[in-house]
Amino acid sequence: MELLIKNGVVYDPTNKIDGEVMDIAIKGNKIVDKVDEFKAYVIDASNKLVMAGGVDLHSHIAGPKKNTGRMLRPEDHYKDFELKTKVKRSGGGYSTPSSFIIGYRYAEMGYTTVIEPANSPIKMLHCHHEFRDIPLLDKACFVLFGNNWFVWEYLMDNKIDECAAYVAWVLNATKGYAIKIVDPGCVEAWKWGDVEFLDILWGRPETIDEPVPRFGITSREIIRGLCKVNKRLNLPHPIHVHANGLGTPGNYETTIDTMDCVKDLAEEDRPIMHMTHVQFNGYGGSDWVNLRSGAYEIMKYVNVNKHVAIDLGQVIFTDTTTMTGDGPFEYRLHRLTKNKWTNADVEVESGAGIVPMHYKRSSSVHAIMWTIGLELALFAKDPWRVFMTTDHPNGGPFINYPKVISWLMSKEARQRILNKIPKRARTKSNLESIDREYSFYEIATSTRAATAKILGLKDKGHLGVGADADVSIYDIDPKEIDPSKDYKKIRKAFSNAIFTIKEGEIVVKDGEVVKSIDGRVYWVKPDLPSDLMDAMESELSEKFEDYYTITMENFQIPERFVARSTPIPAYYG
Amino acid sequence: MATFEDVVCPICGCLCDDIVATVEDNKIKGVKNSCSISATKFLNYHKHRLTSPLIRKNGEQVPVNLEEAVEKVAEILTNAEYPAIYGMALSSCEAQGLGVELAEEVGGVIDNQTVTCHGPTALGMHDMGMPTCTLGEVRHRADLILYWGSNVEESHPRHLRRYSVLSKGRFRKEREERKMVVIDVRKTASARPADLFIQIEQGQDYELMSALRMVLQFDEIEEESVAGIPVEKIEELAELLRNCEFGILFFGLGLTMSRGKERNIDAAISLVRDLNKWAKFSIMPMRGHYNVTGMNEVTTWQTGYPYAVDLSRGYPWYNPGETTFVDILRRGECDAALIIASDPLAHFPKDVAQNLCKIPFAVIDPHPSVTSLVADVVIPSAVTGIEAEGSAYRMDAIPLRLKKVLDPPSGIYSDEELLQMVLEKVRSMRG
Repeated sequence: MELLIKNGVVYDPTNKIDGEVMDIAIKGNKIVDKVDEFKAYVIDASNKLVMAGGVDLHSHIAGPKKNTGRMLRPEDHYKDFELKTKVKRSGGGYSTPSSFIIGYRYAEMGYTTVIEPANSPIKMLHCHHEFRDIPLLDKACFVLFGNNWFVWEYLMDNKIDECAAYVAWVLNATKGYAIKIVDPGCVEAWKWGDVEFLDILWGRPETIDEPVPRFGITSREIIRGLCKVNKRLNLPHPIHVHANGLGTPGNYETTIDTMDCVKDLAEEDRPIMHMTHVQFNGYGGSDWVNLRSGAYEIMKYVNVNKHVAIDLGQVIFTDTTTMTGDGPFEYRLHRLTKNKWTNADVEVESGAGIVPMHYKRSSSVHAIMWTIGLELALFAKDPWRVFMTTDHPNGGPFINYPKVISWLMSKEARQRILNKIPKRARTKSNLESIDREYSFYEIATSTRAATAKILGLKDKGHLGVGADADVSIYDIDPKEIDPSKDYKKIRKAFSNAIFTIKEGEIVVKDGEVVKSIDGRVYWVKPDLPSDLMDAMESELSEKFEDYYTITMENFQIPERFVARSTPIPAYYG
Repeated sequence: MATFEDVVCPICGCLCDDIVATVEDNKIKGVKNSCSISATKFLNYHKHRLTSPLIRKNGEQVPVNLEEAVEKVAEILTNAEYPAIYGMALSSCEAQGLGVELAEEVGGVIDNQTVTCHGPTALGMHDMGMPTCTLGEVRHRADLILYWGSNVEESHPRHLRRYSVLSKGRFRKEREERKMVVIDVRKTASARPADLFIQIEQGQDYELMSALRMVLQFDEIEEESVAGIPVEKIEELAELLRNCEFGILFFGLGLTMSRGKERNIDAAISLVRDLNKWAKFSIMPMRGHYNVTGMNEVTTWQTGYPYAVDLSRGYPWYNPGETTFVDILRRGECDAALIIASDPLAHFPKDVAQNLCKIPFAVIDPHPSVTSLVADVVIPSAVTGIEAEGSAYRMDAIPLRLKKVLDPPSGIYSDEELLQMVLEKVRSMRG
């Protein structure tokens, strides 16, 4: 099928197009130079905002912890459900939506690619099961390596090549996309309930150098080791790090230390580390009473150090469910809030925890958290390295993205909230003094172009010839609207795209899903010297059944179990 | 002769994945690593099979071709106002997903065997959460292993050896490094290997757990005994629990299906939560059918709820007690059913079973059962895990791939294929 989007106001930062009125031509599932106007289906986009389909690089949409979150919270599903239609399956859930409606709701906001950021290797098949039931989105999954015994043993012996071979083997076996590191060292300590060790770790700047009991490896060694592995494998995405000390006052220093610990490994100006949901790792002060924002210090570092990229993890004032591979943090949150608590430690490799959470405007702690996320974005000099997320559902459900966009684009919108939060919270952050407002170009960068770039998805996030035909059209005239005043219109428009085009097909029209198609699943297929792989595999097979309770054969997922499997090669060297 | 290694055993929630099956002339000649239950299934699954689709005509089940049977199933479901699809704890996840889709298409209830086993566990989890772990964690770390209301030696014969007391882990190599406690109403086979066996009075689990929580918080109990156990012994047990490094509470139907039901689970989870102040402590349900965990997972990611999901309103609705298959049958609301890989007539209460006999219903199953004898339509299916592949979830929610080691008899299809046929037929009937 051929499509022509005519006279749209196009924002395509990858190709340096800043609000130009132009046509976008689509043939099949790709963007092309031109199509025959008389044969193609023409969409009149005059006075409408046209961008590439949204790319979210950190949103918990599938896998064991997501599903356990759903199971934990039937009350979350009672209040928010969707009916079955001719094209849509039914479902429900506000912070823990069921799989089908995740696809619909993202597509309705004009998103077409979403990444699940944390999954245990042994449970990856679960993630692929759910991916099959998330329509309209291209997906990929990051794999947890930060607390993996095999990785640690290689790193303690300083065997980077062998470690790289192991990581490559796991990515290939489980069809994963990138290396995720969550609270390195602490998850293993939490598996012993080692509260003493974890108390030492939480909130002290030198924490990344604390040796893990029984092993002796430090967070610094784990992060550096995996960063080297990542470089050796030339994976499309850098290491994706959830730093130590998350959710603890004073942790911003640990965050800066963590970013700094790989600085000497950087080459060129490319990020080699992605630091995720930094809001949760950006706290100053020494306890909850004198909590303050640490966003300024963090961004001072990020702005001048090009080896690191971050995403926000913006908080929304709403009822949500926190879920993370950081089991010790969730236990702490459970003790703090007394809310129901699920923990799920996974043999050899990782853990997870889930606690429901209600962020309240009236709580000064929550309000400070809210300001930190926005400060991070507004202090950013380079939107190519700072991405908008809510760490769905940890900061808030992804359907609140339009709210975040409006806060970034309008000081007035921010001020309205600032007027309602406790006075103490307002004095503990710089947000009130920031005048900056994001432009459409910067929004397009932060939500599409830059995220696609750091994911290494070359055909995503832009509208140049040869890109995937994923396009979203919003009912705003950028030439007319003043986002800083009309932020409510911005919110409305970004909530419901008038058109979302996925692989050249119109899947959303006037904010409603009109067609449901399956998305691709990307995974990385590293190519390594066979002697290195053989040696690693034979060593691995000796240990495998001593460590795991399943066999090495059953650990591996055949490609036919992956929906629309799309491997991406990575070359060793 | 062909040998299949790393075959996943389709029996219990242990989902042992190291079975070696030898196949000759499309027959399994031998199995290795199997427990007695597993070996019996692998070697005898081909006996007592349903061989042809059947439809009841004039009171007699008569053989028909598959197409006619599928059409009849579709007709029964389409004509019903409030149909139910039940079972599938012994199917693959792929089939289970189609079951949910079919229930949504015909506007009915989708429910599974959880309703008669660990339904209260799900309810307890909704209230309290569930601090748990995978079985490998138990193997590597646990020094205190508590089985409560579970006769593990007979229900999950390899559990002790593969995953818990008798397994070898990174940090626990010898049997002496672990303590095993069994709490049950009678001295079962599982009490024999235990270091400590506590015989509890029937239906007093909640009381014992409450007493344990009191003792742990250094409260004094004024009674001399609770649940038939002297207070000194409770204190001894509490000390044992408090002083371990890594503890695990495995619980079975003794806790979920006795008096108190989900309140027992609430209490058990609360106990484990309390214990985390002193030690690392986890809790895990001993799931029975090999893929009942998978059915909960599939239903949850597709609808948001683990079992008893009512899709008749056009969106998922969940209220166990109201929307459970047993209850809609008891109240006589359900007017047609499709039973897949399950035998509810043999297990449900009498009045519920009687109501099921009054409505038109179909059965998809490899074997004849009490339910299939009464059914209006019967479609034979392949044995998942032996004749058909797919995915299943272990009791600790680790997904594994079931293997196909040989072909089903000719003309026999897997649950997945059959449900796909029914779904297509229903869609074409509804237009």
